[in-house]
Amino acid sequence: MTTQLDDPRIIEFDVRTDEMLVNMGPQHPSTHGVLRLLLRTDGEIVHEVTPHIGYLHRCAEKVGENLSGPQWIPYTDRMDYLAGMNMNLGMALAFEKLLNIEVPEKAMIIRVIICEMNRIASHLLGMGAYGLDLGSFSPFLYALREREIILDLFEEVCGARLTYSYLTIGGATHDFPQSIPFPSGLAALTGHAPGEPVSWSEAVRIFLDWLEHRIFEYHTLLTRNSIFIKRTAGLGALTAEMAISYGCTGPVLRGSGVDLDLRRDGEPIYTRMYDGYDYEIPVAPFAGDLSIPHEVVPGDNWCRFYVRMKEVNQAIHLIRQGLDRYPTASGSHRIPFKMTTKLPKDECYLETEAPRGNMGFYIVGDGQAEPLRARAKSSCFCNLSVTAPLCQGVLLADVPAIVGSLDIMMGEIDR
Amino acid sequence: MAGMTVDGIYQLLLNQFGEEQIRQLHTESKDPWIEVAAGSIASVAEHVKSTPELAFDLLCNLTGVDYFETSPKLVAKFPYTPHVEVVYHLYSIRHRHRLVLKVHLPRWQDETPGRLPEIPTVSHVWGIADWHEREAFDLVGIHFLGHPNLVRILCPDDWVGHPLRKEYELPLEYHGIRGK
Repeated sequence: MTTQLDDPRIIEFDVRTDEMLVNMGPQHPSTHGVLRLLLRTDGEIVHEVTPHIGYLHRCAEKVGENLSGPQWIPYTDRMDYLAGMNMNLGMALAFEKLLNIEVPEKAMIIRVIICEMNRIASHLLGMGAYGLDLGSFSPFLYALREREIILDLFEEVCGARLTYSYLTIGGATHDFPQSIPFPSGLAALTGHAPGEPVSWSEAVRIFLDWLEHRIFEYHTLLTRNSIFIKRTAGLGALTAEMAISYGCTGPVLRGSGVDLDLRRDGEPIYTRMYDGYDYEIPVAPFAGDLSIPHEVVPGDNWCRFYVRMKEVNQAIHLIRQGLDRYPTASGSHRIPFKMTTKLPKDECYLETEAPRGNMGFYIVGDGQAEPLRARAKSSCFCNLSVTAPLCQGVLLADVPAIVGSLDIMMGEIDR
Repeated sequence: MAGMTVDGIYQLLLNQFGEEQIRQLHTESKDPWIEVAAGSIASVAEHVKSTPELAFDLLCNLTGVDYFETSPKLVAKFPYTPHVEVVYHLYSIRHRHRLVLKVHLPRWQDETPGRLPEIPTVSHVWGIADWHEREAFDLVGIHFLGHPNLVRILCPDDWVGHPLRKEYELPLEYHGIRGK
């Protein structure tokens, strides 16, 4: 018997197939680390997704209970290892809040510049890896090339390229270097002579001027690529209610149209860092932006991706303002903090806006230098929990597209 | 924008649930907190989420804390009585205000070591509480009554013990892997 159907997908439901359990991960390239998704599939349709996490669990919270604050900082680097600076900041601010430490103006400006640079590096890699998930290889290479220069600049500041431990309780470990040899990666791209002495701030400015033009190219390469739009627009639409209920934050929440950014809405100890800076917070559905493809639905994969891309532009803007303020800033880059400082019998919780969402640190003191409880609340942990409802009833090939758009980082989820 | 103060929220909850359920308001802390009786945490959670002037729609953090000192040298100086706490950090996107709820539990149910303290789940109020409660069960050892799927989340399913309990000791051996 043959039937004429307008929608070829209906065949899928006509043919009786057995349900099959498919393991995706933990060593699957598009799971961004060691995430295992257990899929219950019927043909190409996914009926149920169960994420299994914990493969990268390194007991960071138990370790934190046995170390003093400054000793715990290197462990926070290894949580979200693509945004180590932002993790350092969240942890340092939580201790500063608990101990009533006021950071000098210069340290605050250093923190803004460094954190926004790390946000760019993290979002660039997020963009490249997402392209890779969807089968487009070249954006990944461009993204890594740009990220490399930020890592070069970080290396000049603190000596490390991935796990920095640079922002610490009381400020930052070093001031920006006065003079550095011109980074060879940046020199090759901008036509400067490599190795010539240049001030660190000037090198950052040269990089930002160059990067700003590249962002337009990424938009033509990926954002408005019709294959990319077909794979992302209208797919994995997350409603604002569901995003809030599942505790989603950061670009995932703003992609669903909820205007919440802790740089503006957070606690005073954090927001005062950003006082007087001029920046926008991109929120779906991007009112006034005429270049949005018509297939896009608020809260879909494309919106989450686009929020990140727009945040890169805002971060460039923020770093420039920070560099303008830096030469005239008062105070030192840090105030001394003893490793054996005893914590009071008190507790505090502080969230900061990390690239992937609200990273929270909850510290309970009991009179010792080591906290009684050191809790790191991960943003990706909450963002990942929405996978199960989001992937219900989608095609198998769309699961990596949806999980990739959440931009998860397993090091932070498993801690 | 400013939202309600913690005193206002405390009075509102006190009028609704009474002193039996809303135990105390603690303001001498960096983050003031309200202590709630274990039995009524689910109804208090539903109330603070659905009341329009409170509207705590975002559960930022849910965790357990083990207040206990194992070292005999330090136990005299330890400033807390031994107990376990469950902490809820809430935020309202509409009113931009914060709230901390706490529930005090015994370290072991009925003072029987090994029996986990019990508390009703709030996973039907906030979706994310599902995973946070699984983590608190896994690491701190708190049993959430009525949770749809209370299994370990970070540790393997056959792991023994709850690592964030203060008296926890690393196992000597796990599937042929040498421990301690």
